[in-house]
Amino acid sequence: MTRKLVLIIGLAMLPLAAARATLEITVTRGVNTAVPVAIVPFAWQVQGLAPATDVAEVISADLTRSGHFSAIPVKSMLEKPTDASAINFTNWRILAVNDLVIGRIKPAGSGNYQVEFQVFSVYTGQQLLGLSVLTTPQSLRWTAHKISDLIYQKLTGQRGAFATRIAYVEVSGKAGKDSHYALVVADSDGANPQTVFDSNEPIMSPDWSPDGKYLAYVSFEDQHPAIYWQNIYTGRRELLSEKPGLNSAPAFSPDGKYLALVLSSSPGNPDIYVMDLSTHSLRRITTSDAIDTEPEWSPDGRSLYFTSDRGGSPQIYKVNLSGGSPQRITFDGTYNARPRISPDGQTLAMVHRDNGQLHIAVMNLNTGALLTLTDGDLDKSPSFAPNGSMIIYEADYRNQGVLAEVSVDGQVRERLSESQAGVSVHAPVWGPFLSQ
Amino acid sequence: MKILRSGLMLLAVALFVAGCAKTVKPVTAPAVSTAAAPASTAPMTSTATAPTQAQISPLDDPSNILYKKVVYFDFDKSNIKPDFLDLLTAHAKYLIANPNQKIRIEGYTDERGTWEYNIALGDRRAQSVRRFLLFQGVNPDQISTVSFGEAHAVCNEHNESCWSQNRRAVLVYLGQ
Repeated sequence: MTRKLVLIIGLAMLPLAAARATLEITVTRGVNTAVPVAIVPFAWQVQGLAPATDVAEVISADLTRSGHFSAIPVKSMLEKPTDASAINFTNWRILAVNDLVIGRIKPAGSGNYQVEFQVFSVYTGQQLLGLSVLTTPQSLRWTAHKISDLIYQKLTGQRGAFATRIAYVEVSGKAGKDSHYALVVADSDGANPQTVFDSNEPIMSPDWSPDGKYLAYVSFEDQHPAIYWQNIYTGRRELLSEKPGLNSAPAFSPDGKYLALVLSSSPGNPDIYVMDLSTHSLRRITTSDAIDTEPEWSPDGRSLYFTSDRGGSPQIYKVNLSGGSPQRITFDGTYNARPRISPDGQTLAMVHRDNGQLHIAVMNLNTGALLTLTDGDLDKSPSFAPNGSMIIYEADYRNQGVLAEVSVDGQVRERLSESQAGVSVHAPVWGPFLSQ
Repeated sequence: MKILRSGLMLLAVALFVAGCAKTVKPVTAPAVSTAAAPASTAPMTSTATAPTQAQISPLDDPSNILYKKVVYFDFDKSNIKPDFLDLLTAHAKYLIANPNQKIRIEGYTDERGTWEYNIALGDRRAQSVRRFLLFQGVNPDQISTVSFGEAHAVCNEHNESCWSQNRRAVLVYLGQ
């Protein structure tokens, strides 16, 4: 059995504040079509105590969270092989496991680790994938997400999005007074949260640059809204827009050269503009007297989806940036807002209000069919994973905003519930694939 | 204009404003008269005894209509309801009589909408109040607006009594 060797250098950690309490994952609705897999605890072959990060556990949680797989509990395993020669496939066929993952963590010099893993088909006994990853003790959890990506891609044919980041706004404190706002970046599973900016005034509408290095967001730190962008690695931030009236809803273009945003073209008249990020020059895109907001770029960068109440109630429209009138996209119900487009451009996610309750819904742009994915009272701020498989959103749980995610087919849904009391989480946005 | 205040009162107000300059909260924000004299050198320890002797601003007088500075809206709406016309008319008269007085109108929404759409809706509510004041003859230079959308909710429960308190525009009288 030959093993293909690939070296992946561990990604540098964000040079930010210390990590805080992690989020716990609760599956609120599952599927019985998930493929059973087994991730055997990896052998620890380094001198000294095993690290806090259990690599196999992180991989199991990732694969289960995707809805495509269900990782069997370690206690159900009849054997725990860490080397290919020790596997008795009969022990796994009894458990009806489809795929088996084993691995080892070895010293790699200078305090680094080498994580080797292998994926086997239980039915054929064949190795499907075998790789070795070079990493550091600090990057072990991130490496586990990278391994999840590789396994996911091998088994589903779709690129994994576990080694990605999310950003969100955290609000702590009492209603109305003494609230504190933090812009937080975390791993895609909510682990390793780190504050990149905080303020006693509201922070809203974070959006990732396509290279995953910058966040654009709205800050009210000077008692009025202004749009900033900030390098999350260096912490350097720069003011982009502080016009009279609104400065709202920044959205990076797919090539990262432009920012769509909402400004007041006259008092009380929000319109959508596009800013050239190299010159800061502005081009007005919409001209209605109605509310036009929440711009979202089509994946080809040639048009914008946005929310407008020009027809009497908030609905989603699409405007071609080369000209022409906006076309209305949504017709079901009286409130469809915050459009977010899937990476393949085929599916539009939105906030759909029904009977005063906000749900996340998706629309098939080819057929026009609308599918409501969630059943909470206050589900908002949908954001697609970069592989299009999942949507992260803000849900209400026990009177607090929490992170939740749902598969685009609505089949699996889970809450990434923060354990900190009195802290509400809002406006999650899923970052891009990262190159490392 | 000619609201008389004792120096002590003004000092108390000035201290309060200084203490929450970064987080002005609309409901409790004090009104500072434009024509008031500079603060005296009275010691801080005696501020608590001041108001009983002072002629207080109508903005701070609970028996005066100007004491109320919040206008409430219906769900998804930004039109001013008839209940608030007297209140806004009184504020308009006060602003016309005090042309150096500036106000900021803050627009807010309940939570049942998207963050960004709520920013636009809160702005529309603030503009609705602004337009009314302008129509009454207030100088546009006296008025600024800001929308916080659903942020800074005064009530965090998920029911109509709470939502109705959050759907509001607040007139914040600004100090000089």
